Amino acid sequence: MSAVLKMPDAARGNLPGHRVLLGTERKLLLDCGVGFGPYTLAYQTYGALNAQRSNAILVCHALTGDQFVAEEHPVTGKAGWWATMVGPGLPLDTDRYFIICANVLGGCMGSSGPMEINPATGKPYGLGFPVITIGDIVRSQKMLIDHLGIDKLFCVIGGSMGGMQVLQWVSSFPDNVFCAVPIASSARHSAQNIAFHEVGRQAIVADPDWCGGNYLEEGKRPHRGLAVARMAAHITYLSEPALHRKFGRALQDRAKVTYGFDADFQVESYLRYQGSTFVDRFDANSYLYITRAMDYFDLAAEHGGVLSRAFTGTKVRFCLVSFTSDWLFPTPESRAIVHALNAAMANVSFVEIQTDKGHDAFLLDEPELDKVLKGFLEGCAEHAGLKRG
Amino acid sequence: MRVDLQVIADMIEPRSRVLDIGCGDGALLDYLGQFKQVDGRGIELSQAGVNAGVAHGLSVIQGDADTDLKDYPSDAFDYAILSQTLQATRDPRQVLQELVRIGRRAIVSFPNFGCWKVRVHLFRFGRMPVTAALPEKWYNTPNIHLCTILDFVELCDAIGIRIERGMVFTKASAGRPIRSKRIANLVGEQGLFVLQRR
Repeated sequence: MSAVLKMPDAARGNLPGHRVLLGTERKLLLDCGVGFGPYTLAYQTYGALNAQRSNAILVCHALTGDQFVAEEHPVTGKAGWWATMVGPGLPLDTDRYFIICANVLGGCMGSSGPMEINPATGKPYGLGFPVITIGDIVRSQKMLIDHLGIDKLFCVIGGSMGGMQVLQWVSSFPDNVFCAVPIASSARHSAQNIAFHEVGRQAIVADPDWCGGNYLEEGKRPHRGLAVARMAAHITYLSEPALHRKFGRALQDRAKVTYGFDADFQVESYLRYQGSTFVDRFDANSYLYITRAMDYFDLAAEHGGVLSRAFTGTKVRFCLVSFTSDWLFPTPESRAIVHALNAAMANVSFVEIQTDKGHDAFLLDEPELDKVLKGFLEGCAEHAGLKRG
Repeated sequence: MRVDLQVIADMIEPRSRVLDIGCGDGALLDYLGQFKQVDGRGIELSQAGVNAGVAHGLSVIQGDADTDLKDYPSDAFDYAILSQTLQATRDPRQVLQELVRIGRRAIVSFPNFGCWKVRVHLFRFGRMPVTAALPEKWYNTPNIHLCTILDFVELCDAIGIRIERGMVFTKASAGRPIRSKRIANLVGEQGLFVLQRR
């Protein structure tokens, strides 16, 4: 496992893209009751905002994603996490739309989060950072959109936790969104998913280098704990058939098993690699905070337990997408949202895509997903009166 | 577009709200959106059909008539259309009741099992009829609740559904108004009805 932190924490201020200080006049009132601010959001944009300011698409990233959607990642050097989807001529066409993606509040790519310096103390927030929710994340994004002078987003789109933000957006700000695309998502985090998150969090806090959350001040990093959290989570993003297809029981650089606890199997080696590369780009405390935000998400609970009330009278056009082999956010989760939208008489499309790639399918090359999104967005652009780019 | 779909399309008032259940690739919805500025939604069982519809910019969800109508509020649509699908539902009576609840009008078309061709086939060969309108064998047909025009009319009566209009399709004529139910039941290959709840 990597012993060096590839990027010094100070470098977070020198990332490409934009940073804006928000909540300077009015603090962000968090669900936990704390007034928070001013706070920083780091964001990236692609394409150009048109004169009517009507072609903006907000992309909401997933748990461990960030604002570097369509460019080489400044820390890992890998392609952007949705480079297959965002770009000239792609479904989120940067020749036509203005794409915005902000690192979530509580994140670790330049937005205010537990690894950033608390201006009140001059030290990293650590566990002094307030516990945030999906609602807080979305309200912080709304301030960014206001700051950019955009009244109505053409589209809000995202997968997994990004989809939760999409649902929260249309529920909290129905008049500020024209169309919404929650992919492989849910209106509430399931008990099983909370359970998986708890495993990850416990792995982090059990690492002595976590130092009660103060590892930055102690000059340590809970790399082992964070890597284990990532390994466990990574399994949930795949599917049994995909793992079998990729690795089967194949051995790693050896002809037979070693009768020991080295990574005999390719799948072990792969997971160890996933864990070790993750710790170079992600902050352990951020992982605690953001998984917690997902756990707390329950859109129906805000509306007396009736999900359709979250969408009453909505004019937003919806397209929901799920994947057949996704067992983390399985199709019935999306279908429950569709039923609620039908009850609210919303305009909704729903597509289940056949794939064995599991939850991560939304990040991978899925031609059917491209076709559906392209068609949906083009139809919506026509209804919104958006001119061709 | 299929002949019966064209007849249905001609019945729809411009700018109305339409739910097409079993919308296939969305041909009817596409037509209605283009030529009648209809606010259209579709439900389709086959994934390929749904994906094609959505990729074409239509509002379509994957689902079926038996399970996915109950969520809609009453009078959600001006028209709820069920063409050539009733005979494939598990509970046609329930589906018809849901149709007239969620639609101010329901438009239903189905293959008529009372058609003389079907009768002759059964009479001559003593086997389940296979015709142009009913092309599958008994063991692989999705059509599990076949009925005749007379059967359909009787069910509507029994469950308090008013038939506003009835039409019959033969090879020679597409969509003639039904005058005599008995003759329609004998000559019609398909029946098409506009329904309202009483």
